[in-house]
Amino acid sequence: MATFRNLTALFRYRGLIQTLVVRDLKARYRGSVLGFFWSFFNPLLLLLIYSFVFTQVLVGAHDEAMEPYALFMFCGILPWTWFSSSVLESANTLIAGGNLIKKVLFPAEVLPIVTVLANMTHFFFGLPVLVGFLIYYQRPVDPVELLWFPVIVLVQLIFTTGLALLLSALTVHFRDLKDLLGNVMQLWFFATPIIYPMLQAPPSLRQWLNFNPMTHLMISYQEVLFFPGPHGHWKWLTALAVGSVAMFLGGYFVFDRLRDSFAEEV
Amino acid sequence: MTPAIDVVNVSKVYRRYAQKKQFATLKSAIVSGTLLGDLRPDETFQALRGVSLTVPKGCTFGVIGRNGSGKSTLLKCVAGITRPTEGHVTVDGRISALIELGAGFHPEISGRENIFINGIMLGLTKKEIQHRFGEIVEFAEMQDFIDAPVKTYSSGMYMRLGFAVAVHVDPEVLLVDEVLAVGDQGFTHKCLDKFAEFRRRNKSILLVTHSLDLVEKFCDTAHWLDHGVTKGEGDPKRVVAAYVIDVEDSEENELAKAEAARLAVAAKEVAEAREENIGANCSSPETPPETGGGPEAEQPEGPKDGFKSEEGRWGTREVEITHVTIAGPDGEAGHVFQSGDAIEVRMNVTAKEKITDFVFGFGLFNADNVCVYGTNTNLEEFQPTEIEGTGTVTFTIDHLDLVEGTYRLDLAAHKADGYPYDYHRLLYTFRVKSRIRDVGIYRPDHSWSFQGGIKISDQK
Repeated sequence: MATFRNLTALFRYRGLIQTLVVRDLKARYRGSVLGFFWSFFNPLLLLLIYSFVFTQVLVGAHDEAMEPYALFMFCGILPWTWFSSSVLESANTLIAGGNLIKKVLFPAEVLPIVTVLANMTHFFFGLPVLVGFLIYYQRPVDPVELLWFPVIVLVQLIFTTGLALLLSALTVHFRDLKDLLGNVMQLWFFATPIIYPMLQAPPSLRQWLNFNPMTHLMISYQEVLFFPGPHGHWKWLTALAVGSVAMFLGGYFVFDRLRDSFAEEV
Repeated sequence: MTPAIDVVNVSKVYRRYAQKKQFATLKSAIVSGTLLGDLRPDETFQALRGVSLTVPKGCTFGVIGRNGSGKSTLLKCVAGITRPTEGHVTVDGRISALIELGAGFHPEISGRENIFINGIMLGLTKKEIQHRFGEIVEFAEMQDFIDAPVKTYSSGMYMRLGFAVAVHVDPEVLLVDEVLAVGDQGFTHKCLDKFAEFRRRNKSILLVTHSLDLVEKFCDTAHWLDHGVTKGEGDPKRVVAAYVIDVEDSEENELAKAEAARLAVAAKEVAEAREENIGANCSSPETPPETGGGPEAEQPEGPKDGFKSEEGRWGTREVEITHVTIAGPDGEAGHVFQSGDAIEVRMNVTAKEKITDFVFGFGLFNADNVCVYGTNTNLEEFQPTEIEGTGTVTFTIDHLDLVEGTYRLDLAAHKADGYPYDYHRLLYTFRVKSRIRDVGIYRPDHSWSFQGGIKISDQK
C-alpha cells in the first residue's frame, strides 16, 4: 500500500527531523536572556501558580492522599503541557511551513512530527525540575516502577503524533480548527485527572473519563511517580498503546490522502 | 541513454473552491455530512494541457511563455512538489529546484546553521555540507555575515545564500525559475558560470525565464508554453522569434482595443460638450484659449498645466478628424513597429462647410510625455486654400528612428492662430520594438568603424 511505503520513507528523513527539531529549539529561545533555561522556568512557574492556588487559596480542596499536592499536580501538568502544546502547534504547522511545502520538495509529515518532538524535548527539560521536587519532598520512586516511565512516554508520543498528523492535515482545509482547538484543549484539560485524582471524580463521571485516552496516561504517570505501590494501571496502558498505534496509522492515513492538496491549499 | 527529465502528456488541473467553501467550518461540514465532499472542488482551472517534453542528459532547456502560461506549474510538476493530474514525469537523478531561494531559512538563526538545515532539506548529509561549506559561503559572498541571524540579511543576501546552497547540492538536474536577478552584475555572471560548469559536467538544467536573451544564448532547446499548451519547441532562436512575434501581435490587439475604448469615451465627451455649447449659442470653443496654438506651442517645455498632459479631444469640429490609422511598411494598420520601419499616419478629415483657414498638426510624444517631435503644415509653410467635404491627410515617416518604447500621437486640425477645430491629444498609441537595447529616444542612423589596433567583431 502506498501509505505504508510513504511511512517507511519517514525513516529516511530522520536526519532532517533531527535537524529541524534542533532548529526549532534553538530558534524558540534565540534572543531571550535566559535561553534554554526557560525550558526549566516555564514548568517551574506553572507549578508555583498551581500550588499557590490549590494550597493557599482553595485550602482543603483535595484529600490527604494528594499531599504534597504540588508534586501530584506536577506529575500530570508536565506531560500534559507536552501534549497540548504539540496539538495546538501542529494545527498551524503546515500553514506556517507553507513555503517549504509549496516551494521545496519537502515531506510535509515531517512538520507535525517535528512539532511533537520539539515539545517532547521541552518535556524532558522539565523532568529535572520534577526530580528536584521528588528529592525535596523526599518521595522515593521505586526503580522497577520507573521502568514503566519510558513506556508511558512512548505511548504518549505515538498517540500525540497520530493526533498531530490528523489535525495538521485537516487544518489546511478547515482553518477554524485552529481556533476551536484552543477551547477543546481547555475542556480536555479539565476532563483529565490532572489537578484532581481519578478517585475524587464523581463515580457517575468516572466511566466517562475512562473514554479519555489522556486519563490513562496521566494516571500512569501519577502511579509511577507519585503514588506508592505497584503500577496498577498497566492494563489500561496496554490497551491505550494499541489504540495509539491505531490513532497513528489513522492519522497518517488521512494525512497521506490529503497530502497532494497541501501544496495548493496552504 | 535515459533522458534526465521526461515529461509525458502532463496536464494539471488546479481546483478552486467556491467562496462559501473557503469559509466552511468543520462544524457545518460534519453537520451536513460533507466532510470529504467539501474537499471536492466545484471549479477547476487547467494550468497545463497535455504538455510533453524530454530533456536529454547534459542539455539546457529553456521554457518561455507569457505570465500565467503554466511555466512554473510545469517546473513544480517536474520538481515533484505538485503531482500532475494526468500524465507522468520521470526524473533521473537528484533534483535541486531553484524555485524559491531560501524557502527553508529560519529568520532567527544564523546563516551558518541555515546552510546546514537548508542543505539537509535539499538532500545532503551533514558531512557533505561541511565539505562544501566554505565554497557555499564564498559563492554567496557572505563571509562577514555568516554568523548573523538570517532576519538581519538584506533580501539580496538572503537570495544569494539560498542560491549558493541550492547550486552546491550538486544535483543531476537543476530546475531554475526566474531567479537570476538576485545579485549585482558580478553575481549574475557567477551564476551563469556555475550553470556553464553544470553543462560541462553533463548535468541538465530546466530553466524558466522571461529573459529571452538568456534562452537564446544559453539554452540548447527552447520550449514555448501558452495557456498551458505547447506552442513550439526547438532551436532557441527560432522559438524565441516566434514567441516575440506572438507577443507583438497580442500587444497590437491590446493597443487597438484600448484605443477604440478611449476614442469612444472621447467622442462621447465631445458630443456632450457640444450639446452644452449649442445651449451657449456656440459662442466659443470649449478649449481655454490660453492653451491654444498647434503642437508647436507645447513642444520644448512639456506640459504647462495639468490639462495639457492629459489625453482627450476638443474643438469645434468645423473640420473633423473622423478616422486615424497608423500603417506600417506593409501598408496595414498596426500598433507595433520595428525601429527604422517606414510608417504612415493617415487622418480622414471632413469639413461640413467650406473653410479657408486650416492647419494640420502632428505631435509625437514618448511615454514620459516628452515631445519627441512636433510640426504642422503652417510651420512647414503650406498655404491653405480651402477644405470642403472629405479628405485624407497622410504624414509619412520614412525611417522611424526611435528606440524601443511606447509613443503617443497628437493630431490636430486648427486655425493658424490656434483656434481648435478638432484636437486629438495623445489619443494614438503605438509601440516601437527593437532588438538593440540602446537608450534615449532618437536613434540617428549610424554605423561603427574601427581602424588600427582594435580587434572587435560584430555579433549580430
